[in-house]
Amino acid sequence: MTVSYRECCKLALRQCLDQEPRAFLMGEDVAAYGGCYAVSKGLLDLYGPERIRDTPLSESAFVGVGIGAAMGGMRPIVEVMTCNFSLLALDQIINNAATLRHMSGGQLGAPVVIRMATGAGRQLAAQHSHSFEGWYAHIPGLRILAPATLEDARFMLPAALREQDPVMIFEHIFLYNQEGELDAKVTAVDLERAAVRRRGAHLSILTYGAGVQKSLTAAEALAAEGLDVEVIDLRVLRPLDDAALIDTVKRTHRVLVVDEGWRSGGLSAELVTRVCELCFDELDAPPARLCTAEVPIPYPKHLEDAALPQPATIAAAARRVCGRG
Amino acid sequence: MTALPALDGPTALELYREMLLIRRFEERCVELYGAGKIRGFLHLYDGEEAVAVGVLRALAHHDAVVATYREHGQALARGLPAGEVMAELFGKREGSSGGRGGSMHVFDAKRRFYGGNAIVGGGIPIAVGLALADKLLARPNVTVCFFGEGAVAEGEFHESLNLASLWRLPVVFVCENNLYAMGSALDVDEAETDVAAKARGYRMAAERVDGMDVVAVLAAARRAVEIARKGAPCLLEMRTYRFRAHSMFDSQGYRDKAEIERWRARDPLTALAHTGKAHGLLDDAALAAAEVAVQREVDDAVAFAERGTLEPPEHLTRHVTAPRDPGRRA
Ligand SMILES: Cc1ncc(C[n+]2csc(CCOP(=O)(O)OP(=O)(O)O)c2C)c(N)n1
Repeated sequence: MTVSYRECCKLALRQCLDQEPRAFLMGEDVAAYGGCYAVSKGLLDLYGPERIRDTPLSESAFVGVGIGAAMGGMRPIVEVMTCNFSLLALDQIINNAATLRHMSGGQLGAPVVIRMATGAGRQLAAQHSHSFEGWYAHIPGLRILAPATLEDARFMLPAALREQDPVMIFEHIFLYNQEGELDAKVTAVDLERAAVRRRGAHLSILTYGAGVQKSLTAAEALAAEGLDVEVIDLRVLRPLDDAALIDTVKRTHRVLVVDEGWRSGGLSAELVTRVCELCFDELDAPPARLCTAEVPIPYPKHLEDAALPQPATIAAAARRVCGRG
Repeated sequence: MTALPALDGPTALELYREMLLIRRFEERCVELYGAGKIRGFLHLYDGEEAVAVGVLRALAHHDAVVATYREHGQALARGLPAGEVMAELFGKREGSSGGRGGSMHVFDAKRRFYGGNAIVGGGIPIAVGLALADKLLARPNVTVCFFGEGAVAEGEFHESLNLASLWRLPVVFVCENNLYAMGSALDVDEAETDVAAKARGYRMAAERVDGMDVVAVLAAARRAVEIARKGAPCLLEMRTYRFRAHSMFDSQGYRDKAEIERWRARDPLTALAHTGKAHGLLDDAALAAAEVAVQREVDDAVAFAERGTLEPPEHLTRHVTAPRDPGRRA
């Protein structure tokens, strides 16, 4: 049976609510409206308004309330409509959720899960299209997840709910409508390791989120030219899976990072640096990166397309790293 | 509809024409969205036209306007050329924001139209800052700030009202209370549903106004602008209604059809036409002529947008920071 990424997100929520009596979902329009990306549609009828809670447009307050409720023994799942609006809650996420355990000398924790949509590609312009997961990955105390597959959309959330510390989950808006078969053998996923989505011998593409599909498409095109590309789905953006980075570089000796975040000071800079720190001697060529152009996302389609990594530009960057540019 | 004190025929006709322009412009937007010419989010003002038209008529050209993502009405009522607004929705470089912003980010610096803000509540502190600048520079300007009732749940609303009142700044806060923030009714979001009462809590004058009645809106806006001009903020809570979905599509399961019909019966255009005629200020011939003129204006706007050009992709990273003089390093 085919399911969509959106349905996987919903099934994940249902598993959490069914198995953890202290779990509840709250966010803007999650209940009556069913969520701005329709992830929680129907859940109000199943679980009632205590557990599927609509909040006012008060991001700082309801994210903070989620943190407090987690400190108080509940297991809140907080939905922020998109990462763009999570900036209003930045203080709560960074100054409270991420630091609480440390500040209290290990006495307190905030096991809250904060989900949000991220990414560009729908012509929503500069205030609705950004990717801030790499930014959050800068913050000690947070675990940052980027589900790119149906299985991760389905099983990362239940795993996150069992964590002792705050977890943020970034669902790319472009993935919600992706459909496919859910692998029946998978009943749980880890929140530690990167995954090899395609094996290859000549180059490793390190990517996550919507970048995974785009990189796989590029890899197919490159295969026809005799370039055998490995695609690594990072899955967990903090903490990064160093072992997986070493492992893939040892196989391919060349690296391209594909990141929908901006380049300067971003996750791609971290990844390239890590590869150099961890296994510089394994590299046959300078690592490269393809990121979103350093511009707020413009509205017109042709400019938005030009701003973002695309299969064609990924393939071109891959060829350059392999000396075939 | 309120009585029509001091309203003359030409003003009545102008108010009607401006509301009609917004209505017909947006009806065309719906078609163009269907045709794929307009993309992204498209938030229509259908039903709320009297608010922008009435409020902006009370402003002088040197006053400032801050609006939300639902701002086609404000843009047109502020006098932005319809062709430039339409070109913006098409993403063309001839658009108000050079095509970079689209429907949610219409800007026009010349006309002191400061967007086009799509973060709920995000424009409110900006408006207070514009007013602060006016006060510090001793300019006699007023800043009008539009936002939905959903925004009053944001901290920025409260922080900004307090600052504006504390510093005695010339801001008119206009809350467009169309009863729903996406799918959430006001009483789902707010413990105190009286928005004007909240403003009074910050020690500023506040009034609740029938936002379907352009004459009442205009009268209230004139009072508010006068207060602001003297150096104090105030708030108008406009009771209004959006006839359509939040953006282009939603299931509208949060309200029933009968409610929509009740509000449609109070359509601000028909209401003005009706009272205008009853008071001898408008007649059928004038209304029909307005219809023809507006249709032509919308046709021209679409033609202008169609003729418009796309920015070349090499320009992608323009407009991120101001150009620097060559003597300094980038
Ligand atoms: C800070 C923030 N949170 C959430 C959103 C998503 N959003 C866009 S419009 C909207 C509803 C706003 O309702 P209201 O302020 O009443 O204005 P209306 O749309 O009714 O004109 C929401 C939740 C956003 N754009 N910004």
